[in-house]
Amino acid sequence: MVTLGHYLIVSGLLFTIGFAGVLLRRNIIIIFMSLELMLNAANLSLVAFSRFRLDGAGMPNYNAQVFVFFIITVAAAEVAVGLAIIVALYRARQTTHVEDVSSLKF
Amino acid sequence: MSSALPWYILLLPFFAAVVIVLLTKSFRGLSSFISVGAVLASFVGSCVVFATPNIRALELKPWIDLRPVLFVPLGLVLDDLSKTMLVLVTGIGTLIHIYSLGYMKTDAGRSRYFASLSFFMFSMLGIVLSNNFVMMFIFWELVGVSSYLLIGHWFEREAAAEAAKKAFITNRLGDFGFMLGILMAWTATGTVVFHDMAQQLGRITSYPGYLTVTALLIFCGAVGKSAQFPLHVWLPDAMEGPTPISALIHAATMVAAGVYMLVRVGFLIQAAPEALTIIAWIGTITAVMAALIATQQNDIKRILAYSTLSQLGYMIMAVGLASGEAAMFHLFTHAFFKALLFLGAGSIIVMLHHEQNIWKMGGLAGRLGITFLTFMVGTLALIGFPPFSGFFSKDAILALAYEKNQKIFWLALFTAFLTAFYMLRLVVVVFFGKPRSDQARTGREAPWLIIGPLIILAIPALASGFGFVAKLFLKLPGENESGWLVPGLALGATLAGIALAIGLYRRRETDPINLALFREGFYFNEIYRFLIGATQGVLASISALVDRWILDAGIIRGAGGATWGIGSLLRLLQVGNLQAYAFLFGLGIVGLIYFTLFR
Amino acid sequence: MPAFLFWIFALVMLGFGVAVVINRNPIASALSLVVCFMGLSALFMSLDAFFIGIIQVLVYAGAVMVLFLFIIMLLDLRAETRRKINVVAVVGGAAVAVAFFLQIYFVIGQLSVAKHPFPPLGAAKMDDVHNIGFLLFSNYNLPFQIIGVLVLVATIGVIVLSKRELR
Repeated sequence: MVTLGHYLIVSGLLFTIGFAGVLLRRNIIIIFMSLELMLNAANLSLVAFSRFRLDGAGMPNYNAQVFVFFIITVAAAEVAVGLAIIVALYRARQTTHVEDVSSLKF
Repeated sequence: MSSALPWYILLLPFFAAVVIVLLTKSFRGLSSFISVGAVLASFVGSCVVFATPNIRALELKPWIDLRPVLFVPLGLVLDDLSKTMLVLVTGIGTLIHIYSLGYMKTDAGRSRYFASLSFFMFSMLGIVLSNNFVMMFIFWELVGVSSYLLIGHWFEREAAAEAAKKAFITNRLGDFGFMLGILMAWTATGTVVFHDMAQQLGRITSYPGYLTVTALLIFCGAVGKSAQFPLHVWLPDAMEGPTPISALIHAATMVAAGVYMLVRVGFLIQAAPEALTIIAWIGTITAVMAALIATQQNDIKRILAYSTLSQLGYMIMAVGLASGEAAMFHLFTHAFFKALLFLGAGSIIVMLHHEQNIWKMGGLAGRLGITFLTFMVGTLALIGFPPFSGFFSKDAILALAYEKNQKIFWLALFTAFLTAFYMLRLVVVVFFGKPRSDQARTGREAPWLIIGPLIILAIPALASGFGFVAKLFLKLPGENESGWLVPGLALGATLAGIALAIGLYRRRETDPINLALFREGFYFNEIYRFLIGATQGVLASISALVDRWILDAGIIRGAGGATWGIGSLLRLLQVGNLQAYAFLFGLGIVGLIYFTLFR
Repeated sequence: MPAFLFWIFALVMLGFGVAVVINRNPIASALSLVVCFMGLSALFMSLDAFFIGIIQVLVYAGAVMVLFLFIIMLLDLRAETRRKINVVAVVGGAAVAVAFFLQIYFVIGQLSVAKHPFPPLGAAKMDDVHNIGFLLFSNYNLPFQIIGVLVLVATIGVIVLSKRELR
């Protein structure tokens, strides 16, 4: 029997995997992809709750799904801009290693 | 009957002082006459009040009315004690004012002098007339201020300025104890008015320890004002002031204020027997010590100053032996003959062009005849030679001591011997023998403004001891039971002193005895100076320590340093590494969730 | 939907998610992410969110991941060379991630509604495109327009950022 809890745990697990990726990988592109994983984990939670909360007529709560729609759109825009920045960074530093771009220290 | 006359008596000198200070400062002659006129009017008023039985002062609105916690009226008390003191204070005050007209004729600061003198009269009358502790304390302090102003009249002289400061500060020490005593008495009885306090005394007599402490603290005020041991050091130095001031303040009136206050609150003091014993002993110690020191002094005014200390010791001794009447009797006679002696000394000093060393005088009996005669009257009264006034009053105290405390009696008798000795030393050296300096050779008699008061004062110095005279003014102490023993012993001591002095000091050019311990006043000044210096040194070291280590290093540099240190630590977080920031971010989130959800 | 399908797709998603993080080669990572998104889309379908599921494939797997692959190939990224591993950082990061997951697990464990199965739907077929569109253009019209502006701004930004010389 699949309950809401299962979906939420799976979502949490996916988020954790993405978070670990942000913390542990050194390549900027991989970090960016892990970021996408985290966003999608949140989407999964939202859709699960949307299905769980039914209104009077037995319809799922579509507000959450509209929210997911917005998240996907914004994430797409963010990826575009982010990758443009990474390209500019690569052109300046010739590296995608995150530890090489640490000149903003004390 | 209720009358405003007592208020006029009190306030006339005050208005004279205000007028002189604000309006007539530059008109020296006018200022002096205003002052003399005011005190003369007060004297006349005092005589009227004295002659009127059942007179009460007009009641004014109370100053502080916070009943039942605190009630301070503006009231004057007119019983026999205060009426007598009124006449005494204003009478001697008038004579001194007239004397000052002559003595200070050439002084440039005359206006200031007479203004301070009038202000002093106002303050002293305030002490005499106050009917409650708070008013008396305020006038007490004002008398201290007046004394400061008058001692330091010639303030350009360093010695005078120092003496004025010393007088005021020593007085303040005594006043601190006095204030504590007043607060304790007020706390216990709920009132500061003397009359009501006497009735409420039953409330504290059940706590003898509290009562003793209260009585002793109030006595502190008298210790300061009447220059008892250990706060006696200011009186000899106060001789730096003009001689009329020494006569008025430091012989007749201000120093007597302490004794007057103790008699006024006698109901409180006499309810605490241990306090009485301590008071009697302090009086005795002062009397003996001052007499010893006087035997070796060479300045005529200092001899008289230590003599005052000694006689005040007698009065305090009488208070401590539970006889306010004997104390007031001696105060009464002492005021006359001591003022006479000081004014006589002033006459000598001014006619010898301000020479004060007795070893530079000599053979003045012929030249300053009237001064000599009146001075002799004063001396005989002081040493207690019958039938002069001092004989009766000192005798009363000796008889009291014989009955109550034999040790004190023998010490008092020894002091009487010493008194005769040093006074005759003074007389022999100053008035007899050959003149020892040019001033002594060319001195002549003083003008009438100076001699007049001397003659007038000689009369009560002679006569005020007689019972029929004194009865008009005072309640006399009871007759003693020992008959002729005490007067006989006293007379014997006096004669012995006279004989010794004449024998030792006839035809001498310098002092044959040389005892530094007495001459330097038992080194009290040096001891106090050392103590004060040491205390200040310690306090200064402690302040320096606190300032350097706690304030500067600890708080100021500490605050700055701590901020700097924390800043240095925090800046280690700025590593510039993206993943380090992400890690800290995650750590914060985990911590936040933990503390909000799982605690 | 049968439980075993849920488990299959969940495992696919999670497995390939792990593969994204672990892979040395960025292209392998990107392709793993694509498969992960497929699994996620299947999960969306299982929750009767058909429109979202399709959008997920179209936008994410179709556009975003293609962009990622383009950039990886543009930059010509190879498998990254091994550098010295900072053990403390690795352990710390792993610890934080694990702690975070444990917290989520506990929180969900205490959520009472988490134990309930999904309530049945009112209708057998739902026209969720219609419903979402309706909501989107009526209640959420303003955010929708703003999103449009946002995408425009992003486009312009990307063009500006990728000029060779920025004058």
